[in-house]
Amino acid sequence: MFDFFLLEAILNGLLFGGVLALLSLGLNLVFGVVDVVWIAYAELVMVGMYIIYTVNILLGWPLYVAAPLSIVGVSIVGLLVHRLVIEPILNTPPINQLLATGGLLFFLQSFATLIFGSQFRNIGLSLPVVEFFELYVSFARLLAFGVALVGIVGLYLFLRRTYIGTAIRAVAQDREMMGLMGVDTRKVYLITSAVGGALAGLASILLVLQQDVHPFIGLTFGPITFMICVLGGLGNLFGGFIAAFVISQVISIGSFYVSTELSYVIAFVLFIVAMFFRPEGLFQRRS
Amino acid sequence: MKRWLLLAGLAVLVAAPFAHPPQYFLHLAILILIWGMIGTSWAFMGRFGLVSLGHGGFVAVGVYTTALLWNVYGLMPWVGIPVGIAISLVLALAIGYPAFRFRVVGHYFALVTLAMGEVVRLSIIAARDVTGGSLGMTPARVQPPTDVSWYALQFTDKRYFYFLALGAWLLALWVWGRIDRSMARSALEAISEDEVASASVGIHVTWQKLRVTLISAAMTSLGGMLLGWYNQYLNPDSLSGIGISLEIVFAAIVGGMYMAPGPTIGALLTISFRESLRTYFGVQLIGMAETLYGLLLILFIIFMPRGIYGALYEWVQRRGQTPPKTPVAPPREPRPGTAEAR
Repeated sequence: MFDFFLLEAILNGLLFGGVLALLSLGLNLVFGVVDVVWIAYAELVMVGMYIIYTVNILLGWPLYVAAPLSIVGVSIVGLLVHRLVIEPILNTPPINQLLATGGLLFFLQSFATLIFGSQFRNIGLSLPVVEFFELYVSFARLLAFGVALVGIVGLYLFLRRTYIGTAIRAVAQDREMMGLMGVDTRKVYLITSAVGGALAGLASILLVLQQDVHPFIGLTFGPITFMICVLGGLGNLFGGFIAAFVISQVISIGSFYVSTELSYVIAFVLFIVAMFFRPEGLFQRRS
Repeated sequence: MKRWLLLAGLAVLVAAPFAHPPQYFLHLAILILIWGMIGTSWAFMGRFGLVSLGHGGFVAVGVYTTALLWNVYGLMPWVGIPVGIAISLVLALAIGYPAFRFRVVGHYFALVTLAMGEVVRLSIIAARDVTGGSLGMTPARVQPPTDVSWYALQFTDKRYFYFLALGAWLLALWVWGRIDRSMARSALEAISEDEVASASVGIHVTWQKLRVTLISAAMTSLGGMLLGWYNQYLNPDSLSGIGISLEIVFAAIVGGMYMAPGPTIGALLTISFRESLRTYFGVQLIGMAETLYGLLLILFIIFMPRGIYGALYEWVQRRGQTPPKTPVAPPREPRPGTAEAR
């Protein structure tokens, strides 16, 4: 009765959840604070992956230089996205902001094609597969899981224990009132966007260890990342974290029993149904 | 005066293919008409703030239904088209009814429809035994091969498709006009302003939204079937999924989604712009055309959210050159999405 491969699927799902949680962390922050859906968030992760590829392979610098550069680079991109794309239309209907970042999605994809071509590229590093009690798990996923945990704790401390973190939470609660109370909301938005970008950069480091980069990679994990953020409740970091594991288990166990595509179908259907009954997310307290 | 102008324009469109234009231009005209039709169908909903990012799903459902019925069961597309439309309607109902009933609005609605598009795309890939998965599929050639087969909707001469596309496009404009002059329009405008207030004055919010969604889904899948049958090639990634759904929305936005010709003008501009960039840059600098395209989209949404046609219309109106008695649709403030409701 006991199925060893199923256990492996569950364990891998748990670790895949770590990657998804890390991916959704930055989007969730921006979503919760600035109240903008960055449809192009996955493309920011792609930018980070290309930064690592460029620095590590084309310039030949070591990975421990490339990785921080990716975080810094993508956080600058996040800052620019807010300053150049979102800020001019901040007071228009939210759907315009969503569509503007959709334009950004096309722009980043084709810009990557223009510079790097549409070939699959990798940094030529393969991490070992770790064996625990005859269960095989990928080291890259284990690492991503660990970094996701550190990332969420770090973000939690940043939001709770620092002055600017408190300001970010206050603005997330009531943006108009905080503006009247003398909080510089513009600065808060810019910082949030930069932190969101930095988290995308962090995710890109872990992703580049397990996947090849190509200009359309964002489309493979972008939609699932939005679903996780919404399922967890906007701006609810822990909700998003748990939602990432729910979704990853659905996908992992689904892939084990049926097929990868169908397991994603199940995950999306689950999302749609959840949206009908709890549009404020699975874990949000009703106000 | 205006009527004569429209009739003259229509006459030009009908007569144009008989002047033996280059095949390439005919091809572009067909694509513009089909995408114009799909964009117009999207804008049936979009103009009332129901922003769907999953219309690619309806395109793919229609065309895959027809192609599978033809390839597997040998049913002619004339049977497949109504079946495809029926399945799109079922899909629209399954998503639309609960979404409107439970008041999923604004960007939540956009994300639900986006998930729907992904469900369609991934289901097609998952059923790769019959659909060919990501490699796509080709509708079987009619046997015995002929140049003109009305039975299988396969023509070697592009002009047949031109007229089919022209007909479908005119149908979409006619439906637009019907919606524009109906009571439903006022109801939907009220709903997009304030859902609760409209419900309180007796507007059946769910039904009004659902009806326009069903019309939009049916027309979109009809356009998709024309597209697939014209290309004679189907691919889940280029028919469904987030990329194509966003492009439908963008064409409508660039042209202007609040007036009838808007989405078509958007399709005309985006397709001709892309094609001219592509011929200009050729095989060097691959991606340059799309990069500029993406950049322009962002600029459009920031500076001209009502689209080119909307902005032009407003400009002409302000200069007072058109007589004020003929406003087709008075310029309104753009206000898609009512996410404040949450």
